[in-house]
Amino acid sequence: MPEHAPSSLLKKALERRELTLMLLLVVLLVPITIRSPQFLSAENINRILNDMAILSIVAIGMFYVILSNGIDLSVGSIIAFTGMACGMINESHPSVSPLVLLLVGMLIGLLMGLLNGVLVAYGKIPPIITTLGTVNIYRGLTFVLSKGTWVTAHEMTPSYIGFPRTTFLGISYLLWIAFVVIAVFYYFSRFTRTGREVYAIGGNPTAAKFVGVNENRVRVVVFLISGTLCGLAGALWTARYASAVNEMATGFEMQAVAACVLGGVNFSGGAGGIIGVVLGTLFLGVVTNALPVVYLSVFWQTLVQGLIILIALALNTLSDQRKSAKLLAQRRG
Amino acid sequence: MAEKQDFIAKSRLINEMSIKNRLIEFFTKWEVILVIIFTLMFVFFTNRTPYFLDWFNLMNATFQFSEKAIMALPMIFIIMCGDIDISIASIIALCAYAVGNAAQGGASIPSLLLISLLVGTLAGLFNGVMITGLNMPAIAVTLATQSIYRGISIGLLGDQARTSFPEGFGVFGQEFIPNTIIPYEFVLYLALMLLFAFILHKTTYGRRLYAIGNSAEAARFSGVNVKLTRIINFTITGFFCGLTAMLLASRILSVRSNIATGWDLEIITLVVLGGVSITGGKGTVFGVFIGSLLVGYLKFGMGLLKFSGTLMTIVIGSLLIIAVLLPRLLDLYKANRKLRLQAQH
Amino acid sequence: MPDALLEVTNLTKIFPGIRALDDVKLTLRSGEVHALIGENGAGKSTLVKILTGVYIPTHGNIVLEGKEIFFKNAIEAQQAGIVAIHQEASMFPELSVTENIFMGHHLRNPKTKKLDWKAMTEQTKALLGRMQLDIDPDTLVKNLSVAKRHMVEITKALSLDAKLVIMDEPTSALTGREVEDLFRIVRSLKESGKAILFISHKFDEIFSICDYYTVYRDGQYIGEGKVAESTEDQIINMMIGRSIDQLYPEHAPVWGKEILKVEKLSQLGAFKHISFTLHEGEILGVFGLVGAGRSEVVRTIFGIDKASEGTMYLEGKAFMPKGAKESMRKGIALVPEDRQKQGLVLKMSLTHNISLPVLKLLSFKGLITRSKEEKSYVLEHGKQMEIKAAGYHVDAETLSGGNQQKVVLAKWIGTKPKILILDEPTKGIDVATKAAVHQFICDMAAKGVAVILISSELPEIMGMSDRILVMHEGCQTAILDARTCTAETVMRYAIATVAQEASHA
Repeated sequence: MPEHAPSSLLKKALERRELTLMLLLVVLLVPITIRSPQFLSAENINRILNDMAILSIVAIGMFYVILSNGIDLSVGSIIAFTGMACGMINESHPSVSPLVLLLVGMLIGLLMGLLNGVLVAYGKIPPIITTLGTVNIYRGLTFVLSKGTWVTAHEMTPSYIGFPRTTFLGISYLLWIAFVVIAVFYYFSRFTRTGREVYAIGGNPTAAKFVGVNENRVRVVVFLISGTLCGLAGALWTARYASAVNEMATGFEMQAVAACVLGGVNFSGGAGGIIGVVLGTLFLGVVTNALPVVYLSVFWQTLVQGLIILIALALNTLSDQRKSAKLLAQRRG
Repeated sequence: MAEKQDFIAKSRLINEMSIKNRLIEFFTKWEVILVIIFTLMFVFFTNRTPYFLDWFNLMNATFQFSEKAIMALPMIFIIMCGDIDISIASIIALCAYAVGNAAQGGASIPSLLLISLLVGTLAGLFNGVMITGLNMPAIAVTLATQSIYRGISIGLLGDQARTSFPEGFGVFGQEFIPNTIIPYEFVLYLALMLLFAFILHKTTYGRRLYAIGNSAEAARFSGVNVKLTRIINFTITGFFCGLTAMLLASRILSVRSNIATGWDLEIITLVVLGGVSITGGKGTVFGVFIGSLLVGYLKFGMGLLKFSGTLMTIVIGSLLIIAVLLPRLLDLYKANRKLRLQAQH
Repeated sequence: MPDALLEVTNLTKIFPGIRALDDVKLTLRSGEVHALIGENGAGKSTLVKILTGVYIPTHGNIVLEGKEIFFKNAIEAQQAGIVAIHQEASMFPELSVTENIFMGHHLRNPKTKKLDWKAMTEQTKALLGRMQLDIDPDTLVKNLSVAKRHMVEITKALSLDAKLVIMDEPTSALTGREVEDLFRIVRSLKESGKAILFISHKFDEIFSICDYYTVYRDGQYIGEGKVAESTEDQIINMMIGRSIDQLYPEHAPVWGKEILKVEKLSQLGAFKHISFTLHEGEILGVFGLVGAGRSEVVRTIFGIDKASEGTMYLEGKAFMPKGAKESMRKGIALVPEDRQKQGLVLKMSLTHNISLPVLKLLSFKGLITRSKEEKSYVLEHGKQMEIKAAGYHVDAETLSGGNQQKVVLAKWIGTKPKILILDEPTKGIDVATKAAVHQFICDMAAKGVAVILISSELPEIMGMSDRILVMHEGCQTAILDARTCTAETVMRYAIATVAQEASHA
């Protein structure tokens, strides 16, 4: 982290979306806690965090794709394929350790992301079309792999199924993995050239080329990240939910996009940060878990999520428009 | 002077377009390629199974894709203008819920239709107004409304289903025109397809859609009301979501909150596969028509050959990518050809 | 005199149908501020694009520090030490000042390869300090004023260790105080031995900051000299010096009744208090330098943009169009400045382009297109404009610039306008088409159509207009009678020395 004078740090924080989101989260938590004090119990917090861990991993991958002004619709299918693959390997080779399964999942995800990236960067196919195609292909491949069957809890080893729940220092492995992913990509975004180049390509591709950023390379990298993280998420998913079915994670791409939108990631590319995405995920988690507290059935969860996204979008847009109007008015009196 | 020479060179180039070149030009048109693929598919399935080329089977198979093919029609308009709508499946679900609920309350068929169309139209209008009014990307707004519309039906319906419908409600989604083997749904699709082809290719509205898709700014400078046109597109799409919801409810006679899940992407796939450019300004209703039949019969044929239902998604996904990649490669090929031709002279 | 840093000789750049640069030269020395002067279309921006590796010259030599150079792309030019300050185009608005400066060459810890933000912030602070700029390195660029964005770009050029800094109209969006800041920086750059190529229309700026000048006109080199040894009149003469009369068609103005009256029309951030009247058969020229706000004024009259203040009367009735559709219906046509983006739908056929504004009239009940009527209509108007194309079915993008412009004109005459607005109608087109366009404008006026003609070419304005509205930085400085005023007067109002003298007096 660069060092700042305290005052400038505060000013910067206020400008940032992250702080607004954190404030909103607090505002949301206060009435919920008053109503139901056990909401903030260690147990419940732990539950919410574990519920959102996989989404946060996938949302970070999605974040890079959106940051580069693209979208990845294939994440749910990559999770399904890798999840199925890991479940089947576990069934046929019970001796393989869960850690190896995670690595296998990541490797498969990486290859799937590579195909996405190459089609986008070198095939010049818009990301939305490429991943609309591969969302079908990868889902179909999941069926080919499983031959339509599924892997159930008793066909998998206890060590694999128990892996996400195993705790270290009182925190589950699943959470540890999410923390590591967040930390790694925070570092990547903040302290590596490639991480910064994603911002450049998303924000102003022409200018990025002028300063020597390799556009194709960046476009492949973002899909590699997204694919690899989905692979990791797939391996964890099968273990956590103790089953691998062909339809798993259908529509999960929309949740990942929603977390990014809530986290202030701009759809036109070039703006947003990891912390925002994590907070966005958390926000979704709190809202979902808080519904029973306010006596709303979980069936209303989808609607509430949709409304939140729409409001977040509208606020983002309006504040941007106000800002540019202000700058314009400064030009000539 | 330079211009005159340029002109002469150009007209010479056009004369060089011998029959062979024109043939190449023709066979590299996406619609033509689609027709060829479609024919090959028919030949393939006919050879592999005696049940494929059977008029009754072919007609009966249309039940499986008519509704999606109908939704692909208004989606052409939206994509033609460079927009996208990923909330249509949710609008269908919302309309289906309204229909199911009203039917349980004893509403008549005409009033069910009216309710469905009204709910769909309003939902589409809301999409359009949010997108153009706040100047937000269509994909972001419809992502949010996707959750909102679906969320309303999930919230109200929960895990229940609505299964009581008035007498004769199933006619449109299940039955055939009397004394024929042609389903009502398919006839409706064909009629609508012709209507949309007419609007897109023969009316001022269709022409404006092409203009907006190619250059919204130039269209605006020519007096086209771009925002209004885009709102109308979304509203029309909402209207047809209402119609489709009626057909769907009529066909399966059961409304659950997860109805039509995943249709958004399937329908967008039909449109793009049919040759409509995702960036707008290019495509024909005929292309989407062939694309819809291609996907529909591919599923049917593979089903007959006992391929798993979702194996086809691989084929469809690959077709989609090829559909975008191939014209690009062909363009490259054409450009190279032109260069070589010029070099020869 | 010190050795030349950069020597350009015999440089020519030919675009299809037009010679943008014709055998020009330019000599720059280290530690000098050199003004490149000329009207629009004189070839200045083409030269800048060649020097920064965007265009490749048709032929000619560029020698930098004694070595002949040839840039294949923009990065090579940058590495050679030539940096241009573009307006905003090269910024990343969502990123910090520090990052905008270091994008592409972020500093890293040599061992861990970790980005060294501390060092980058320090260096940025030092660079900003050297230029005495009060900008926080951590601010996002989108939150900076236009002036400060400029300063950041210059800082970036410094960080790249540029030998030659090109500033293309750097002051066009700045206020008086900001200009002073900029000049202070230019002087300190000069003292540190950099060469600055300063492109400006503003004579007060040229005289206060530049040492040498070179004048181009119509893509040709006209002359050069020391600023201190020249007068404004001399330079203006070099810019415009040619006879005007013979090039333009005869036009005997016959004015009819007043058709449009504009009062105090303003738009926030673009222009302020524009007032004029327009008559049937009149050609009103609108002259001003780039950024004067001319296009914005006519866009507002046509209803593309909204006015923030002011009133308009069309044939005596209050008029404030909500969109192009309304103004078209009331008889206004606009041939926009950007032919490729605004004038034409490039990927549509000529037929569909020409019929677009009147499609409703050509259709059955305004809805269903009738290809026979459409074809004959297009043929009629296309013939009138003598469009040269392989056919009317080809896409507009396949045509040359001149023919494209003819298509745009054909598209608009069919609407039978009472007021025809033309924004830079002859920009970037060949001489023959240019003459045809001029004849067309006069024909329209003779038929009683009121014409508003925007041009950056002073001779065109002088040769074509009855009256001239002159603008300077969003303000109207004068309305002159074209028959009695001189080119010098118009230019003075456009660079606003007259207005300033008047306000000083």
